Amino acid sequence: MKPTSHAFTDNARRALHDVTLQQALAKAGVGFVDKRRAVVADLPEFDALRQAGRAIKDHTLANLDHYLLRFEQQVAANGGQVHWADTPEEACAAVLDICNRAGAKLIAKGKSMVGEEIAINDALEAAGFEVVETDLGEYIIQIAHEPPSHIIAPAVHKTRAQIARLFEDLHHQPGLTRPLETVPQIVDEARQILRDKFLSADVGITGANFLIAETGSTVIVTNEGNGDLSATLPRVHIVLASIEKVVPTLEDTSVLLRLLARSATGQEITSYTTFFTGPRRGEDADGPEQFHVVLVDNGRSRMLGGAYHEMLRCIRCGACLNHCPVYSAVGGHAYGWVYPGPMGAVWTPLMVGLDEGRPLPNASTLCGRCEEVCPMSIPLPKLLREHRRQEFERKLAAPLSRWALAAWAFCARRPQFYRWAMRFGIVLLNKMSGGRGRFRSLPFAQGWTAARDLPAPQGDTFMAQWQRRKHHE
Amino acid sequence: MRVALFVTCLVDLFRPSVGFASVSLLERLGAEVVVPPEQTCCGQPAYNNGDFETARAIARQVIAAFEGFDHVVVPSGSCAGMLVKHYPELFRDEPETLARSQSLAARTRELSVFLAESGVEPVIDTHFTGKVAMHDSCSARRELGIHTAPRALLDKLAGVESVELKDAEVCCGFGGTFCVKYPDISARMVSDKAADVIASGADVLVSGDLGCLMNIAGRLKRMDSPVRVYHLAELLAGMTDVPGIGDGDKT
Repeated sequence: MKPTSHAFTDNARRALHDVTLQQALAKAGVGFVDKRRAVVADLPEFDALRQAGRAIKDHTLANLDHYLLRFEQQVAANGGQVHWADTPEEACAAVLDICNRAGAKLIAKGKSMVGEEIAINDALEAAGFEVVETDLGEYIIQIAHEPPSHIIAPAVHKTRAQIARLFEDLHHQPGLTRPLETVPQIVDEARQILRDKFLSADVGITGANFLIAETGSTVIVTNEGNGDLSATLPRVHIVLASIEKVVPTLEDTSVLLRLLARSATGQEITSYTTFFTGPRRGEDADGPEQFHVVLVDNGRSRMLGGAYHEMLRCIRCGACLNHCPVYSAVGGHAYGWVYPGPMGAVWTPLMVGLDEGRPLPNASTLCGRCEEVCPMSIPLPKLLREHRRQEFERKLAAPLSRWALAAWAFCARRPQFYRWAMRFGIVLLNKMSGGRGRFRSLPFAQGWTAARDLPAPQGDTFMAQWQRRKHHE
Repeated sequence: MRVALFVTCLVDLFRPSVGFASVSLLERLGAEVVVPPEQTCCGQPAYNNGDFETARAIARQVIAAFEGFDHVVVPSGSCAGMLVKHYPELFRDEPETLARSQSLAARTRELSVFLAESGVEPVIDTHFTGKVAMHDSCSARRELGIHTAPRALLDKLAGVESVELKDAEVCCGFGGTFCVKYPDISARMVSDKAADVIASGADVLVSGDLGCLMNIAGRLKRMDSPVRVYHLAELLAGMTDVPGIGDGDKT
């Protein structure tokens, strides 16, 4: 996917004026926030669980090589195969190779954000394979030819009416009319279409929420069961996962699953939690003949031990998106690449470069709500600020804003000069306000005054008045 | 008791009455208030724009200016958060300055917390009556965990009926230079906040942070809302005869 993060400001403006998008966002956001609040309130030990989850991830990251190799050993012992991919190209090549060797035509795909990251669908389609997304949200955006706008609710930017219209256009069969108004009707329609695909697919691709080193299992959570069908019905199962998904044990996984479901959808446990451990064994009644895990690095190992190390704790729950006032206002597409919201604003510049992703870390008030709800206690504001530090050091910001900051800094570091210069400006501004207490418009503050008045200074500065008062005493 | 006041740049420049209200409240506790003249700003604009060197230079100034005071009081959760949480972060690799910044952090309190912790019943002589909504800044709420202190103070005002805002934990959209860099998104956030203020039925909106207040007041005034906006210190000090934020003598 070609990033448009550099155009965030324009993307955001369009999103703010998109009435349908705003309706969809308003409806979705509140639901996630309220559900999480309720389910967290029901669990007094949530904070203890959070600390335990963080400790598991910190320990795993500190010993990542060990646990990844252990995972590979166990996958092999179970009769599966691990493929290591340093880059998106290598990952796509590994998947294409498996599909080619399996003589595949149709591929059923479960939801995978790393799949989006490496653009696996584009690669497969370019090579002539038919790919069908089986997660309802992913299916909707696939037929709409759009990228996901949320990491766990990819079609959250679409209204029910928009989805019904998409289905009507695409699934239209002459002479056949059926109602498509309620959610169950829409889901039923998708289910009928997808059922055939599951049964005829040659290869199933799923993502992974966790990889378990001690058992060589991969874990996914879904609320539709589509992942299970994608994994078990086709002859070949390919798991796409990034390297930081590994955890040491089953026991560790249970801690993280409890955090994930509550933080993501406000559920105590996701409807389907499935552990895949190797291909079909002799005595198994069903399951795939081949089991492959493609492990994607794509820059992650370089993050280890660096300034963004803590981002690798992320379990992709989406809580930071749901609680972000900027994400809630503009939606995920404005961020211009695969990962939106606060976590995306940290990841994107690391993966597509700071020159491209520069606006994202700046598009935050650093209000801290993301860090507050993050089940892995990732200090997202600190990491956003770290990007800004890199941006400043590389002088990437617009010259005008850099000069303004430098001029202010010059004054702020010289208290006496600062008093004099600021006092001059403030008294002038006060005079200009003509006693009205505010400005409806100011030439150098158009951004501010477009939608709000600017309160005027009261008069002289506090420091000047204080000195006078001390002088009189 | 000597108390050093960190005025904050916004109060110094835009709303000195908040500084005088703070002084007045502290003096009623029996404190001798000192305003060190070497202060300008806490350095947040530099820090949040990635200019850590300037932020460190300003932090050193502040640390030096406030050395030797047992109590440092700040009428802003945002600036107090900078002194308390971020200065030590900035000097992580400079042991000597780190120790001094930690000492400053230990001595620094946001105004409402200082008043509430003092144990002295603040002498409040406001005749104000009406419904008051308290807006928590994100820094106050999340960096410093301030929630009960300002409400406990408001509860002491006989004429005040406190109301809570819907979505109180959501940012108002000020965000320092964010409102300049992303005015459209900021405008959307503040109009949501202003709508919640109006829906609360409050006559007056207060907060411990002037940045949020200028932002929300600016939107309320643009909407011709009659809600008056004050810093919490002004309400507590009985200074609501001064025109509210965004109101003038002629409005």
